[in-house]
Parts: sequence; C-alpha cells; structure tokens
Amino acid sequence: MTDKHSLTAEQITLAYGDRVVVADLDLTITPGAVTAIVGANGCGKSTVLRAIARLLPPRSGRVLLDGKLIHHMPSREVARTVGLLPQSPIAPEGIVVSDLVGRGRHPHQGLFSPWSKEDDQAVSEALIATGTLDLADRAVDELSGGQRQRVWIAMALAQQTDILLLDEPTTFLDVAHQIEVLDLLADLKHNHGKTVVMVLHDLNLAARYADVLVAVRDGQIHSSGKPSEVMTEQAVADIFGLQCQVIDDPVSGQPLVVPIGRHHSAVLRSEAAT
Amino acid sequence: MTSTVTPARIAAATQLVAAGRHRRSRRRIIAVIALAAGVLVVFTLSLIFGHTTYSLTDVLRVIAGQEVAGASFTVGELRLPRATLAVLSGFAFGIAGVTFQSLLRNPLAAPDIIGISSGASAAAVVAIILLSWSPTAVSLAALAGALVTALAIYLLSRRGSFAGARLILIGIGIAAMLDSFITYVLSRAAAWDVQTAMQWLTGSVNGANWGSIRPLAIAVAVIAPLIFMQARNFAALGLGDDAAAALGVRVERTRLTLVLGAVGLMAFGTAGSGPIAFVAFMAGPIAGRIVGAGRPPLLAAGLVGALLVLIGDFLGQYAFGTRYPVGVVTGALGAPFLIYLLIRTYRAGGS
Repeated sequence: MTDKHSLTAEQITLAYGDRVVVADLDLTITPGAVTAIVGANGCGKSTVLRAIARLLPPRSGRVLLDGKLIHHMPSREVARTVGLLPQSPIAPEGIVVSDLVGRGRHPHQGLFSPWSKEDDQAVSEALIATGTLDLADRAVDELSGGQRQRVWIAMALAQQTDILLLDEPTTFLDVAHQIEVLDLLADLKHNHGKTVVMVLHDLNLAARYADVLVAVRDGQIHSSGKPSEVMTEQAVADIFGLQCQVIDDPVSGQPLVVPIGRHHSAVLRSEAAT
Repeated sequence: MTSTVTPARIAAATQLVAAGRHRRSRRRIIAVIALAAGVLVVFTLSLIFGHTTYSLTDVLRVIAGQEVAGASFTVGELRLPRATLAVLSGFAFGIAGVTFQSLLRNPLAAPDIIGISSGASAAAVVAIILLSWSPTAVSLAALAGALVTALAIYLLSRRGSFAGARLILIGIGIAAMLDSFITYVLSRAAAWDVQTAMQWLTGSVNGANWGSIRPLAIAVAVIAPLIFMQARNFAALGLGDDAAAALGVRVERTRLTLVLGAVGLMAFGTAGSGPIAFVAFMAGPIAGRIVGAGRPPLLAAGLVGALLVLIGDFLGQYAFGTRYPVGVVTGALGAPFLIYLLIRTYRAGGS
C-alpha cells in the first residue's frame, strides 16, 4: 500500500430537499490516519460522511477521490476504494455471519464472475481481524450488540477498501465494547495502513483514538487538527453550548472533557472563591 | 490478542468459510431442485388423473403431438393448457410476491394484499359489466388496472421512506376502496354478467386456452430473467439503502427494475388467470422456510407459487363434490396463513 488514496471535499453544500444541512464545507481526509468527526446532534456530521461516501450528491461543490469527481465515477469502482458502514444497517432475517461478511465482496464480483477463492480468503481475513471467526456459522440475530457490530465491521473489511468510513460505530455498545471496536479500528490503521474516518459522539474517545479531529458546527467546520489543538474549553462551549473543563487524560495524555452542568457550576465557583 | 495472523491460520479459516458456504449453497440448490421436481410431478399427475385416467405414455404421446383417441382432446385441449396456465401464473405470482415482500421487508407487503390485484380486478369488472368487452380486452384492462394501482400507491406513499409501513397501509386502504367499488358495480349488473365477473374475480384456470397463455408465457420469459439478474443487487439491498449503495449497488435503479418487473408479472398473471387469492402472499414465506434465509428466495418462491396453484386447482376440481375454482382453495388456505404470519410477526416484535 504505497500510494494512499486521497479523498477531499471542496466547497460542498448538502441539502435534503429544501433544507440545507451543510454549506460550503471544505474537508481533506488525511491518508493513513484515523479521523473523527464530532459535533452536536443534527449538525450535519453524518451528512458529510454520506457525501464523501458518494451516497449523497452535493448541491454545489465537489467531492474528489484521487482527484476525480466521485459522483461521476462508476459506483463499483468507488466501492472498491471507499467502504462505508452506515449508522443502522439491517441484517436480513436468519442470515449467517460469514454470509453477511461475504456481502462485502459485492463490488469485487460480477454477474458472470460470482464467487472466487479470493472472496473466501477476504472473508476469513476479515473474520480473523475482527475476532469473529468463531461466530462464522452463527445466525446474526443471535449475537450480542458488540459481536454484531464487529461482524458489520468485518463486512466493511471484506470489501477491502483503503478508506473506511463509519457512522457512529460505537452507538448502542457498552463501554467495554466501545473500546474493543475502537481498538480494532486503530489496529486497522496500524497493521493495514487503512484510512479511517468515523463519526463519533463520545468526545473523549474521539480525542483518544483520532489522529485528526474535525469539529462540525451548524454545517460548517468549526476547527480541525490534532485533538490537543481542537479540543479546548472554548471549542466545546462553541460546538455544544456546554461548559466544561479540559484536563489531560491520565492514560493517553490526550485532552479529556469534563462537563460541568448546572448542578455543579456552583461547586466550581465556590472552589474558585476559596 | 496480538497480530499473529500466519498464512496457515488464514488458509485454515478460508477452508472453514468455504466449507460453510458450500454447505449452505448445496442446501439451497437441493431445495430448489426438489421444488422443481415437485412441480414437474404434480404437473404430470394433473395431466394423467381426472374423471378419466390416461396412461403416462398416452399423455407423453399427446404432448409430443401425436393423435391419441380421447386423450388428444381431454389432455391436449383441456388439461394441458389448464396445467400450463396454473404453473405460469403461480410462478409469476410467487416471484412478484416475494419481490414486494423482500423490498419492503414485510410479508404483508404482497401485491395481493396491498391492492394491486384489486386494481386488476376492478378494471376487469368494469370491462366485463359496464363495457361488455371481449376476454382479451378484459385481460388488457386488468393489466392496466394493476399498473395504475401500483403507480397510485407509490405516489401516495412517496413521502416516507420506501420501506415504510406507510406504503402497506395505503395499499390496504386502496384495496378496501377498490373492493367496495367492485361490489358496487356487481350489485348493479345483470345476473349473467355477474357470473362471468365472479368467475374472473375468484381466480380460475378454467377454460384456459393457448391464446390467453401466450402473453403470460412471454411476460414470464422476459421479466423473470430480468429479476433473477438483479438477484445479487437485491440481496445487497436487504442490508439497507446506504449499506447497499456503499457496496456499489445502484439503489434506485435496482429497486425500480424490481418493482416494475414484479408489477408486470402480477399484472400478466392476473390477466391470465384472475387474481388467485393469496398465492403471491404465501409463496415467499413458504419458500424462505424451505431454502433458508438470508437472501430473497426468488426462484423458489416462483416454484412454490406454481405448486400452490397446481395443487389448489387439482383439489378444487376433484377433492370436493362440486368443482371449485382454484382461488377458492387458495383463499381458504391463505386466510389462516395470514393470521399465522401476523401472530408470528408480532410475537417476534418484528416490524
């Protein structure tokens, strides 16, 4: 993987019907890094992800994959370079894990070139990477939330794309499973040189796992860069309208957001007075 | 867990994955072959048995085009067209039904439940009673009725997401409206017309002739392969629109092809045999049970549909004192099946 693929958005405006969600946004994805997009509910972060995944054509502006207009490229060609795990994909009733992961091979197969040895190998590599090989013959319906999320990531891995986009890969997971999934994504970057872009809700996990943090506010990029530069008390106040303290995470050394809230602001004031 | 992924481990895992895949696909293939064999057997039996029983050799000679006293008329002119129409319309209904059910991820979304059959029936009744059209013209009217109804349901439910319960509810509403319209037209009709119309409305393969089979046969030969060619995209669509699009599926185009194909099959099937009750609705879930889950059982549903109509017609003709049209038999089977599915769906807490 010497040549990394580049993915950029230039001045994109995104809208659902008449409702403009994102206006004139520029974004360059750093190849070979983990990028986390954070922001308040409804700020347009998932919409941006859908646009750079070719799912949503921009009203104006352009998205470029390796310098080419992504919305003019054949969908299969894009699907071999950029993979996306949407927020709530649907597991068909009764499907078995390895069959679901096998669906990730879709862009590599054709009507007359159905299933090959490489496909089986890609599926098993994805199962190994996500620690789900033991589940290969189980029905997806029977799995726990954490297992299921790993299976979905395995499907995206089986697609063998250099760029992997994930929309809130940790929602509905307990904290142990959240860490498990994010560790796995970090592994993908380190061991496989993948470019990972994810929308995350948890600021602290985003700061810990991302190389690049992109903060979105009202459909605009508020700030982007290293977590230590982006995640300031002022930024959290701007983006979420939330008062907080930012301290050093004792484990990772990255910024750690400690929200204050109405019930504790008095305590803080009295401490400051003494 | 450190990354000690040796080539040997990958090779072993690949074998495991391949073995599981082969096992499941073998099961699917065996199930489909068994269903196809079942259709062939029942088809042949329905040519042999009846009020007069002919030997298999006589039947085969008739099919080969030879003149056999008695059998040439009974088998060649009556039973063969009848059984052929049963297979073709059952096949068309089965595929149309499972396509709708899989697209909308709901077994209740069958075209005979969401009003497409009612649209065909309403148009046919108008053509028979108000316009006194010829049988061919009635079939064409049914075709147009099915297409127009499908379009109306689509336009009325377009605001929500395609996979919404909205479309199903609107479809059920439209079906109720069309059914009351049919009753209204029937209540004002002359007794003779009502009889013709009722025979058409219950769905029947009585009086099948090659002339009315040909359009359906052509439709099945053209549309079914079109739908089968979309099978892989269709399977990906089962993961949700965004996931499918991310896999390189052209979501809108695939869905449009499938919907138009299914409406076409439903319309031609209804034009050929009338709306045989609940076949489109029952075939998909039954086929899913037989071939295993995970992907839309297109071919299997077609074969199950064909079996349902063949067996239903055979029972309707000979199992009871009087002859009943096939729609009566499938209707009697389908209603309990509908209740069963409703109970199962809501017990599982599914959508």
